[in-house]
Amino acid sequence: MSWKTLSREKEKMNDLFKIVIGLVLFFGLFSIPFWAGSSSGGNGPEIVVKEGTEACVESKEFMRPNHMHLLDQWRDSVVRDNDRVYTNASGKHFEKSLTKTCLNCHSNKEEFCDRCHDYMGVKPYCWSCHLSSEEQI
Amino acid sequence: MKILSPLILLIILILIAWVGTALAGLETLFGLVIPYVALILFIAGFLYRIYYWSRSPVPFRIPTTCGQAKSLDWIKRDRFESPSNLFETLIRMAMEILLFRSLFRNTKAELKPGPNLHYGSNKWLWLGGMVFHWTFLVIILRHYRFFLEPIPFVISLTEKIDSFFQVALPILYLSDILILAALTFLILRRIFGGPVRYMSLFQDYFPLYLISGIVLSGMMMRYLTKTDIIKVKQLSQSLIHFDFTVPSGIGAIFYIHLFLVCVLVSYFPYSKLMHMGGIFFSPTRNLANNSREKRHINPWNPDVKIRTYHDYEEDFRDKMIASGIPLDKD
Ligand code: HEC
Ligand code: HEC
Ligand code: HEC
Ligand code: HEM
Repeated sequence: MSWKTLSREKEKMNDLFKIVIGLVLFFGLFSIPFWAGSSSGGNGPEIVVKEGTEACVESKEFMRPNHMHLLDQWRDSVVRDNDRVYTNASGKHFEKSLTKTCLNCHSNKEEFCDRCHDYMGVKPYCWSCHLSSEEQI
Repeated sequence: MKILSPLILLIILILIAWVGTALAGLETLFGLVIPYVALILFIAGFLYRIYYWSRSPVPFRIPTTCGQAKSLDWIKRDRFESPSNLFETLIRMAMEILLFRSLFRNTKAELKPGPNLHYGSNKWLWLGGMVFHWTFLVIILRHYRFFLEPIPFVISLTEKIDSFFQVALPILYLSDILILAALTFLILRRIFGGPVRYMSLFQDYFPLYLISGIVLSGMMMRYLTKTDIIKVKQLSQSLIHFDFTVPSGIGAIFYIHLFLVCVLVSYFPYSKLMHMGGIFFSPTRNLANNSREKRHINPWNPDVKIRTYHDYEEDFRDKMIASGIPLDKD
């Protein structure tokens, strides 16, 4: 008796090539910071506090994370209640004003506010209305 | 119990991070060691899962289609519901992944008084799922501002769109509100969803709670108990450039956030969350429905020994002639 074997053309069982492309895309995108960022970020922004200015409205430890809350309160109480005087923790009075108070001491906006904000990618929209220095008036 | 125990686990995790940093001062552990370990667990687990899945043979075409397959020219066919080549399959996959196309067809069977069995379309899960996944993506994209210096335009643009309404300072992100709403819906759906509750397990609740914990701690950090996020960026930069320095004075709320993220990241490849990679390996979605055009042969088939009638006739020729059986070949 004679028997034959029937061989068929076999298909590949998996799509290794496509899987590798997918993996490279996924890990490539997700690891962008590791290979695309410059290495200058570790030291944080270099902000310049103008010499000879008196102490800030509140302590530095408070101001760093909370200054936007403070500005928000100032804005609301000025615009809604016409309450323009702020008394800080140590009893000192300040006029609640972005340009006239904050930027009076921190008149170097580019070296102060902006450096920090650029580092964190924050872009306050205040300056489309408020002046950033008294000279602009 | 299935509902509460994952919550208790989440609380324990939060306590670990809080005690570890606020009381024990283990900033290096929570800021450096655990993030790296989590990343390694993620990458290793992810690659292993993909490797494991890629070894599964896919011998047959088993796409589940919802449209007329390609056949005769005069039969109108549905290109993207029943794709017949790679391009059409890619479009179908993209619709599945980006728009959750098949979930959009979700129906719900309900027994109404009568008794009447009602089938109705049910798009709530689709909506909740879409909102959740898209806002999650937006939030992760926005977080790239901690990891990239300088911050690319796309990230700033996302942030700008997300803070479109300029509510409060720091500006309330739309995505934060939307993801909270979606998470609430997804959790309540399981708890009050009748049959869904019956089939929900610990590992269904835990990721939802964990992600809610991450979102809530992040939002707390942004809107309420502030911490110095300049230092957070310095920490993330040092993680990326392998500088191994941890700036001091970052609040415990950040370490809670980060620790929960690390738990999520290391849990990811070993849990149902891996459906992120799994969707690409779904043979009911990722195959072209071309069985009519092309013959697909199971590669497992052993080489079959066959015997044709012709051979049979050759073997028994004499006997067949003797008994008068007609032959094919004389
Ligand atoms: C009377 C002058 C004065 C006024 C008014 C003032 N600041 Fe300051 N500010 C300072 C000084 C001085 C420092 C540096 C404090 C230090 O280094 O201890 C400072 C520090 C800061 C810091 C922290 C910077 C750092 O080194 O990390 C921020 C943020 C800040 N100010 C924001 C503001 C904002 C916003 C306003 C308006 C609400 C404001 N300041 C008003 C003088 C002022
Ligand atoms: C659409 C224009 C506009 C924008 C944008 C704007 N403001 Fe104002 N702001 C005003 C006006 C008008 C007043 C009222 C001025 C007054 O009564 O003295 C005001 C008042 C204020 C005040 C109190 C008064 C003063 O002199 O500063 C503060 C503080 C303030 N805004 C903060 C902010 C901050 C912070 C932002 C950015 C997040 C901002 N504003 C964005 C228009 C604007
Ligand atoms: C120490 C760094 C630092 C300095 C200096 C600084 N800021 Fe900020 N500021 C930040 C960070 C970080 C945020 C974002 C906080 C967040 O996203 O939670 C921010 C946010 C803000 C916001 C809210 C913007 C938004 O879109 O949410 C305003 C307004 C603002 N800063 C005003 C100022 C002004 C005015 C000055 C200068 C007088 C200033 N800041 C100086 C770090 C700084
Ligand atoms: C799964 C990953 C993560 C999710 C889902 C998540 C979620 C969130 C959410 C919802 C917020 C609220 C504010 C916003 O929407 O931006 C937030 C804030 C924050 N997250 Fe995350 N986060 C993740 C990973 C991380 C990581 C890895 C870090 C470490 C650098 C981090 C650090 C922060 C910080 C510092 C804030 C406060 C931001 C601010 O004040 O503007 N997060 N997070």
